[in-house]
Amino acid sequence: MQSLADNLAHQPARGVRDRVLAQAPWGVALLVALVVHFVLGPVLGPYWSQVATQAAIAVMLAVSLNIVNGYTGQFSIGHAGFAAVGGFTGAAVSYYGALALWGGATKQEGFLVPGEWLMVGGSLLGAVLAAGLGYIVGLPALRLRGDYLAIVTLGFGEIVRVLLQISGPQLFEADDLRSSGFKQWFPPPLGGAQGFTGVPTYASLFWVGLFAALVCIVAYRIKFSSPGRALLSSREDEIAARAMGVNLARYKVRAFVLAAALAGLAGGLYAHTGVVMQPREAGFIKSFEIIIFVVLGGLGSISGVVLAAIGLTVLPEILRDPQRLIEAWGLLAAVGVLATVGGVAMRRSGSRWAPLAVGLGATALGLLAVALVASGANALMRSATGDPQANIGKYRMIFYSLMLIGAMLLRPQGLMGVREVWDHFRRARPAPGRPGGAAT
Amino acid sequence: MPLLEVKNLSVAYGAIKALHGVDLSVEQGQILTLIGCNGAGKTTTLRAISGMVRPSAGQVLLDGKPVTGLKPHEIVRLGMSHCPEGRGIFANLTVDENLALGAFMRRDHAAVNQDRQRVFTLFPRLKERLKQNAGTLSGGEQQMLAIGRALLARPRLLLLDEPSLGLAPQLVQTIFRIITEINQQGVTILLVEQNAHMALNVAHRAVVLETGAVAMSGDAKALASSDEVKKAYLGHG
Ligand SMILES: Nc1ncnc2c1ncn2[C@@H]1O[C@H](COP(=O)(O)OP(=O)(O)OP(=O)(O)O)[C@@H](O)[C@H]1O
Ligand SMILES: [Mg+2]
Repeated sequence: MQSLADNLAHQPARGVRDRVLAQAPWGVALLVALVVHFVLGPVLGPYWSQVATQAAIAVMLAVSLNIVNGYTGQFSIGHAGFAAVGGFTGAAVSYYGALALWGGATKQEGFLVPGEWLMVGGSLLGAVLAAGLGYIVGLPALRLRGDYLAIVTLGFGEIVRVLLQISGPQLFEADDLRSSGFKQWFPPPLGGAQGFTGVPTYASLFWVGLFAALVCIVAYRIKFSSPGRALLSSREDEIAARAMGVNLARYKVRAFVLAAALAGLAGGLYAHTGVVMQPREAGFIKSFEIIIFVVLGGLGSISGVVLAAIGLTVLPEILRDPQRLIEAWGLLAAVGVLATVGGVAMRRSGSRWAPLAVGLGATALGLLAVALVASGANALMRSATGDPQANIGKYRMIFYSLMLIGAMLLRPQGLMGVREVWDHFRRARPAPGRPGGAAT
Repeated sequence: MPLLEVKNLSVAYGAIKALHGVDLSVEQGQILTLIGCNGAGKTTTLRAISGMVRPSAGQVLLDGKPVTGLKPHEIVRLGMSHCPEGRGIFANLTVDENLALGAFMRRDHAAVNQDRQRVFTLFPRLKERLKQNAGTLSGGEQQMLAIGRALLARPRLLLLDEPSLGLAPQLVQTIFRIITEINQQGVTILLVEQNAHMALNVAHRAVVLETGAVAMSGDAKALASSDEVKKAYLGHG
């Protein structure tokens, strides 16, 4: 990471080979998505695949919001509004597009079928619309100082929600669509308070994995680039940032528009996960969920925010039904032990991927531990109450909240602070030969 | 022609008038020090010059060309670098990242690298601390970082706002020695200071500000020996 930052700062003249290598992450993202889809998917099974899909979308939302709330230190409370703009756009394009093109919106089976491309197109269109709205909302709010952005974005999300609520009824049949006129399209047929249903479930692990990886790469490249440093500096000290020659207003607006676009993209995919798209998707409760990911992960830390988004999506599911995880105890224990042991060995040999392996191992073991504790608690409750159905899953949101409070008390700066996972490992093990510590 | 010329500069924060009609000019290659009591308007003067606050009246000329009303990022590009009051280092970024931000406007990477080396020669301590969070530096090191960072914009005119504030006497000496060194390398300096004694010692010319207006100005050595300045700012006489 440091080497990338150095590259950008001091070594702009690079050879062809370096330039090609610099584009390697995009290829890696594609590879990861394929592996996740074809290898991890079957291992996880349909239920956990669905959880993983939601986790990937949570990652996209959290990482994109992090660009505004984390990097620039602004406070947006309307991220779900942008996601909903993308979501309903994607839903409408996919559903009505399928009715118009193929006479019905049943899911086409297979990999990379035309319907999936319609989803991608619709989601990208959603991203563009969200970006446009982001510009309109952000331009005035970001030029003002203070907390105007929080107020304006809160209002924006609620406006989107109310507009969705008063939208027209969904057109379910190809015939309705064909005979529809101005009256059906104004207000647009987005389902109103009933919500929008029947969008084919094309958001497979491949697509969400691919786009989540792309969003992370974009966020990473920005953070460790010169404009990214400008954003981070404005969060630290606005006057000094301006003294450096940073055009704060411009950078803040750009960051905000980009975050809105990525949220729109995430929303577009979300619409294709088999959910009923409800107006409340745009509301501030949804926005706060995303804010929690960012704050818990560490404002500004990409890896921290990713971990928080995944953790907070998966954890309630484990508490809901720990038995499912315990059934996979063999896999978890194997991955946990192997990755941890391997990671420690890698660390000894100085590999920079060591933290990743240790993290993976610790996560697997941690998941197993949580499942075992939850299941033990269930057994206790059952024998104490005599009710064979007793389940602590009912109280999972209480545990979830308690955990959040605990986390914020222990680490108010979030899991990672502004830094990344690997920085923390680096600091724990200072490079040899570095003069350390001696102060003035 | 002076490098910087300020004519009849007035600034108001809402109803509070902080400056009324300040005139000063800094000759190419010189150090001008701006001294005065707390609240006299020194910081405000620097902010108005570098475009951080918009003056309500008056003019700022750089190379004889008006820069009044330009945005800070436009003014930085013209060769003016402002090292703000209270250092303004980016505490959660590394020393390296702080320095990189100093060169934010520049695309001449080879020359930036040269300037980095120059800064490391002035402040060897910074080179040892490159990967460290700037917030973990000592106060003196933070001040060095703030000055080094401002130099990376390769300014022709450097505005320094109380660089010696809160430093131990020994370090104050060092900082003033370095200010002289920077000046000898060809950078014109506008130095705001509470430490009038040291400031008058290194400066060529001086301006004394009182409640938002110029009270005295002239040769630094002459002002240092004037009774009024001795009594009010040098604490003796
Ligand atoms: N942002 C602001 N809003 C309102 N008033 C301000 C603001 N900044 C400065 N002032 C007022 O303007 C006057 C001049 O302040 P300034 O900071 O320029 O003084 P200074 O000479 O730099 O003082 P010090 O030596 O204490 O730094 C003061 O009366 C101060 O209260
Ligand atoms: Mg001041």
